[in-house]
Amino acid sequence: MKELEYPFDVNYIMKNKKKMKKELLLKPGLIEKNIAILGGSTTSEIKNMLELFLLNYGIKSNFYESEYNKFYEDAMFGNEELDNFKPDIIYIHTTNRNIIEYPNMYDDEKIIEDKLNYEYNKFSKIWEKLFEKFNATIIQNNFEYPYYRLLGNKDASDIHGRTNFITRLNQKFYEYAQNHKNFFINDINYVSSCYGLDKWANQFYWHMYKYAMEVPAIPYLSFNIANIIKSIYGKNKKAFVLDLDNTLWGGIVGDDGVENLAIGPEVPSGQVYTEFQNYLKEYKDLGIILNVNSKNEYENAIAGLNHPAGTLKPDDFIIIKANWNPKNLNIKDIAEELNLGADSFVFVDDNPAERKICREYIDGLSTPEIDVPENYIKIIDKNAYFEMTNFSNEDLKKNELYKDNAKRSQMMATFDNYDDYLKSLNMKAEISTFKPIYLERISQLSNKSNQFNLTTKRYSLADIEAVNNDENYIKLYGKLEDIFGDNGVITVVIGNIKNNDELHIDLWIMSCRVLKRNMEFAMMDKLVEKAKEKGIKTIYGYYYPTLKNKMVKDFYSTTQGFEEISCDSEGNKIYKLDISNGYTNKNNVIEVYE
Amino acid sequence: MEREEIFERLNGVFRDVFDDDSIVVTETTTAKDIEDWDSLEHINLVVAVEQEFGIKFNMGEVTTMKNVGDMVDIIISRIS
Repeated sequence: MKELEYPFDVNYIMKNKKKMKKELLLKPGLIEKNIAILGGSTTSEIKNMLELFLLNYGIKSNFYESEYNKFYEDAMFGNEELDNFKPDIIYIHTTNRNIIEYPNMYDDEKIIEDKLNYEYNKFSKIWEKLFEKFNATIIQNNFEYPYYRLLGNKDASDIHGRTNFITRLNQKFYEYAQNHKNFFINDINYVSSCYGLDKWANQFYWHMYKYAMEVPAIPYLSFNIANIIKSIYGKNKKAFVLDLDNTLWGGIVGDDGVENLAIGPEVPSGQVYTEFQNYLKEYKDLGIILNVNSKNEYENAIAGLNHPAGTLKPDDFIIIKANWNPKNLNIKDIAEELNLGADSFVFVDDNPAERKICREYIDGLSTPEIDVPENYIKIIDKNAYFEMTNFSNEDLKKNELYKDNAKRSQMMATFDNYDDYLKSLNMKAEISTFKPIYLERISQLSNKSNQFNLTTKRYSLADIEAVNNDENYIKLYGKLEDIFGDNGVITVVIGNIKNNDELHIDLWIMSCRVLKRNMEFAMMDKLVEKAKEKGIKTIYGYYYPTLKNKMVKDFYSTTQGFEEISCDSEGNKIYKLDISNGYTNKNNVIEVYE
Repeated sequence: MEREEIFERLNGVFRDVFDDDSIVVTETTTAKDIEDWDSLEHINLVVAVEQEFGIKFNMGEVTTMKNVGDMVDIIISRIS
């Protein structure tokens, strides 16, 4: 919903939230999550706004809200309602209003250190307690700066200053975050400064309603929380699709000629585009894929991208569509070629008409409302399309992986027989029970895979850790490499052992970049091998249809030879395979090791 | 701005905030008359009214307002 993307109209959202909620609830394919809000001040409107922003990301949330300022009691001593609620996410909404032991002017260094530890320990105990009790992810506010400075500027540098104290306390929070994977900081210190601290800290709302920030600031706060949550559940965007003329450089390459384009440090109008290209290049280094979608002659587009002052070169892009086709068709083609959903694209185009058409034709496509070049970065950045929560090494290599795939396609063209082609790739797969170093990637994959995903069950890192520690699961990951490169961990199967000799496959996912490589056979062979070791006689497979997973609708029957045993009115199917009378391995093109 | 016109605009704000097109506010309307008007929605209402008329209420005003008529009095004093 356009209204819930940055820059948003706070008045509109606040006034129409009920209407918007009704509309958003109609969206198909919503996933459901339990979110506990433990507050140190009023949280009601924060919850309402969070609900709205999450719905917009396809997440329907159930809420638990602590009584006013009962975050500490709820966490430390628990209560039945919270215990039964089984939160997936626990959001701790505390602010500098919840700091009790501020330094006094006559405190010495040691006392201030003690106060700092007292405040920190209060929180770290809460986190430890919650982690012990719940299999959940914790999101914790850091602290915003104080709204007055007793010591003036010295408040920041002197150990007696509140500003200094808050800065040190925040630093300790960050250290905890660096050492705990299911723990994220909601950076209200940054959000409040972007919003304007004086406005944020409007004391009317504290004294009247015990809100720790002014009510019109709440959409910004809740949007920020929603961005962390959607990232945890794999709702981040994955790629940029970029226009060229007046988007990556000033001017029109076909009309003005390469030499007259505005790009480079000589003039302000060129500098602004250089900075934008640098920004995109930094994303590329984070594993975000760059593509071009431009109405241009191909030669002109390449000539523009080879401009000596440009930072982005043709080689930085995976797919370049420079032609005169409608842009929405180009986007569909790019999606197909990359095996990605078009809803994981951010389409950046200076032309509002192009944005509108593409938005209307492609469901879920993001089209940031960029206006003038000096605002491009800000508008894209604030939308948090690529919010980083679990960052894996795979991400760093992603651009290479897509490049390798392009080379494979070229090679495929030289073989008549597909099996010969597969053999020529010299594929080697590591298929093994979960190992700690891969848990983060496994969780990430479970949240990102939509197409080759039989049950679309999502696992947070905490969920994956729980499966890993449970003896009643057979849990396999697969890594695949070939002559062109290492694809990393690209497939996961989780089976639950029940009634001693039954294995129920809860999850079977595979990254689309290794489709048609027979990796699914190698996985099945290993799964059967492991199942036999555990005395399993029957394997049960489940297929739950979604808008995106049609590609695997006959996976168990046609591909793996299971027998369908039930199908309900919504198309949910159950299959079984008897392995007690033997099983013949299916993979003969991949060399497998553990 | 006439008192009637202010009521008319207020009506629109109330309808949006409480998502109920049947609401008609009068001089004597209070929180008791509108089902969803609790202390939490009250905050949103105040913010929405402030936006609509481009004014800010202060604490003293918000704490002493007894009904919609009082609210209109304050709005008139601000915009006239």
